[in-house]
Amino acid sequence: MINSNKNYQLICGLEVHAELKTQSKMFCGCKNDPFGAPKPNIYTCPVCLGMPGALPVPNRKAIEWTIKLGLALNCKINLFSKFDRKHYFYPDLPKGYQISQYDIPFCYDGYLDTSEGSVGITRIHLEEDTGKLLHKTIDGKKITLVDFNRGGVPLVEVVTEPDIKSAAQATQYSRKLRNIIRYLDIGNCDMQKGGMRLEANLSLSETGDIPDYKVELKNINSFKFMEQAIEYEIGRQTALLNHGQIPIQETRGWNVDKQRSFSQRTKETAEDYRYFPDPDIPPLQFTKEQVEEWKKNLPILPEQTINAWRTKFNIEERYSKLLISSPRIATLLESIFTTALRNDIKPNNIAKEIVNKNIMFDHNSLPSDIITTYQQLHQTDDIVSDVLEKTIQTVIDVNPDAVVKYRAGKTQVIGFLLGQVTQKLQQKLDMKQVKTYLLKALEN
Amino acid sequence: MLLNKSISDIATLIKNKTISAVDLVNEAYEKIERLDSQINSFITIRNKKEVIKEAEEADKKNIGTKNPLYGIPYSLKDAYVTTKIRTTCASKVLNNFLSPYDATVYQKLKQAGAIMIGKNNLDAWGHGGSTENTDYGGGKNPWDTSRIPGGSSGGPAAAISSRMVSFAIGEDTGGSIRNPSNMCNTSGLKVSYGRISRYGVIAYASSLDSVGPMAKSVEDLALILETMVGKDKFDATSSINKNFDYVKDLHKRTTKIIGLPKEFFGEGLDSRVRKIILKVAKEYETAGYKIAEVSIPLMKYGISIYYLTSLSETSSNMARYDGVRFGNSRQLLSDETKRRIMLGSYALSAGYADELYKKAQKARTKLIKEFNKAFEVCDVLLCPVTPSPPAKIGELINDPLKSFLEDLYTGPINVAGLPSLAIPAGFTTNNLPVGMQLIGKRFHEEQLLQMGYVYQQLTHWHIKKPPLLNQND
Repeated sequence: MINSNKNYQLICGLEVHAELKTQSKMFCGCKNDPFGAPKPNIYTCPVCLGMPGALPVPNRKAIEWTIKLGLALNCKINLFSKFDRKHYFYPDLPKGYQISQYDIPFCYDGYLDTSEGSVGITRIHLEEDTGKLLHKTIDGKKITLVDFNRGGVPLVEVVTEPDIKSAAQATQYSRKLRNIIRYLDIGNCDMQKGGMRLEANLSLSETGDIPDYKVELKNINSFKFMEQAIEYEIGRQTALLNHGQIPIQETRGWNVDKQRSFSQRTKETAEDYRYFPDPDIPPLQFTKEQVEEWKKNLPILPEQTINAWRTKFNIEERYSKLLISSPRIATLLESIFTTALRNDIKPNNIAKEIVNKNIMFDHNSLPSDIITTYQQLHQTDDIVSDVLEKTIQTVIDVNPDAVVKYRAGKTQVIGFLLGQVTQKLQQKLDMKQVKTYLLKALEN
Repeated sequence: MLLNKSISDIATLIKNKTISAVDLVNEAYEKIERLDSQINSFITIRNKKEVIKEAEEADKKNIGTKNPLYGIPYSLKDAYVTTKIRTTCASKVLNNFLSPYDATVYQKLKQAGAIMIGKNNLDAWGHGGSTENTDYGGGKNPWDTSRIPGGSSGGPAAAISSRMVSFAIGEDTGGSIRNPSNMCNTSGLKVSYGRISRYGVIAYASSLDSVGPMAKSVEDLALILETMVGKDKFDATSSINKNFDYVKDLHKRTTKIIGLPKEFFGEGLDSRVRKIILKVAKEYETAGYKIAEVSIPLMKYGISIYYLTSLSETSSNMARYDGVRFGNSRQLLSDETKRRIMLGSYALSAGYADELYKKAQKARTKLIKEFNKAFEVCDVLLCPVTPSPPAKIGELINDPLKSFLEDLYTGPINVAGLPSLAIPAGFTTNNLPVGMQLIGKRFHEEQLLQMGYVYQQLTHWHIKKPPLLNQND
């Protein structure tokens, strides 16, 4: 049966994994720097290698950071929580189970706003990353190597509700999430290296209700690719549905070269991870006061800052969103903008010059220096608009013989004319600029 | 001979340089060489020359003010990982496994100057109560070599009983220290969960595993315990709870009422064992203690809770033995171990976990409450260790269910995380040892040691030596 073309609504939820940049790993004292490691398997110990008798000891910092991320995403916090074991066999998982969180994640029930509506956050939990498999051919033999530098690195997983309605919204959500993680200074979210990983669960619905099937897009390492993959899937699934077929429940990857998704694995039965509380780690108990304290110490987030700057300083969002990289930078910019107002300079102009790199700026910059640089850059420009041109014209008009001399090749009169302009304007000028304008006027 | 003496006596002799560590080590090797082929209590015996050298060093450095364990030979259950000596856990899966690190307890004993001479036999991975489930030859009881030494720490108990070592370190998940102590006429302490670091102990069931000393007397246990206890930054479950002066307080009498929990004297208990335990109660009464009957109704589910918990956890803990990074293929696991992994995996599986694992955890919480309630009316509990005296070799390994029931009175104590002491209490008419179990409040090992000490002052069961030894041993 072939149906006529119908309109379908995308139903999409995201699962985002991000590595936390704590000093040490999640359950042992090993250095957490898998990307900076000069050699494989050097940041390892009995604990993260799953050696007999070794025991995990949770990293307090990573737990605190996960809760902070939850607070930044408007989540509720479970005051009582625990770690669970998730069992499956894979060579990059040395214990035969991953320490994760099952039914009591640290954070739940939050949201993140996008321009296309709010995206509900189902949960945020903390787990350990796995090792990394390297498939190589050595001496003609295909082999798989394991690097455990990444094994045991703290990894947060942020799961959304199926609230995402477009590929663009999925990207926007992911970018915002990355900004927040970076802004909180808890993760680098380097997509290329796998410091942040995206997974989309999506299906199409005619009614807006959640359909019986879902397709999982996995192993996507850029926002652009995710957007392309979702767009592609919308097309693919629409075509199937229009032909009366229901897309198969499966995991698909994204082929960048062919610009199409491809089937990776079909799940026929739900996997049984045999979750149970990790008996090696005592349950965790937080107090309301502790959580309040963390909440209080949360920096003002990028979103709020952008809004505040719009109201207070009239900064356009296209500049502000590029400028906010950390709470420290935001605080510095705020004092620069305040100083600008005091000096009768539009803060938005300063923002523009910083974005355009006409003013060099970093976290060591002093507000007064930035203002001075701006003034130096703009003194002449302010005059150029009309005053300078008018003044030059006046000088030319009252000195017709000088003009004649100049046109006869006696260029030394330029000095005289410049002097006249300066005298009339009575202010410090960029003489190079004045000369350019003067010459232009003389040529006419 | 020397190794028949108490640790404090040996310590004095060492301190005064009346004897040397070399003397003790020589005696240990003499016994092992002469007797171990009959009881199979060791899996790995260290090279004698090396150990003698270590003892000579110890003698040289002996300035008379060291830890009482200084220069004393002991053995480790082969479930503790060590860097220089292989760790097998009695399974060919780990046949020649050398650990990249040392267990915390081993480090502490090394620090104290004790001399480890070898690693003892056990039921592989702790899976068993008879030391028959081992890939290195079944253990035998020095009191009757046609019988089991108990388990899973059967090797350590048999070695102590045969005076091959002064003491040993066992590990108890559901009775593994107490069961063999009771069968080999030795003393063993299972500490409160969290009292001693588990770092470096090959896990059987992580929420139940307890490290503990095994020796000839309660006084010795107290001495060893002081060296072993304490919070370890490598074990998140180790407790910061206050440790007591176990030795100094040994003479104190903080216990007034002894509870006899009636559920420990019901169906399944051998009448010979019952008689002996009730006699012990009388002896305590005569010594001035009050006896009260108490009840822990949920004990009828105790063994089920214990096995659902321990097998679930072991199915998870065993997952790392996949032959990828260390050890041999899991094909080498024994039937008993495979059985336990399968049962545990089943209990944790979706659709079954609610009725099995999770229900057991709810019952576990209730059982803990019932024990706490019992301790409102008494200070310690007195009961048997195993339902019957040591079985004949082959009896249990061929009857898995019967084998499981050996843990009837001990497994539930691990479920509750309580400390428990097993000491000799008498003999059957055919000269088989029978032990008793004293159970205390969590983190109150000192009360158990005091009670055990009182009993060993009044009786002499614990100084009896097995027929395997001759008069001079």
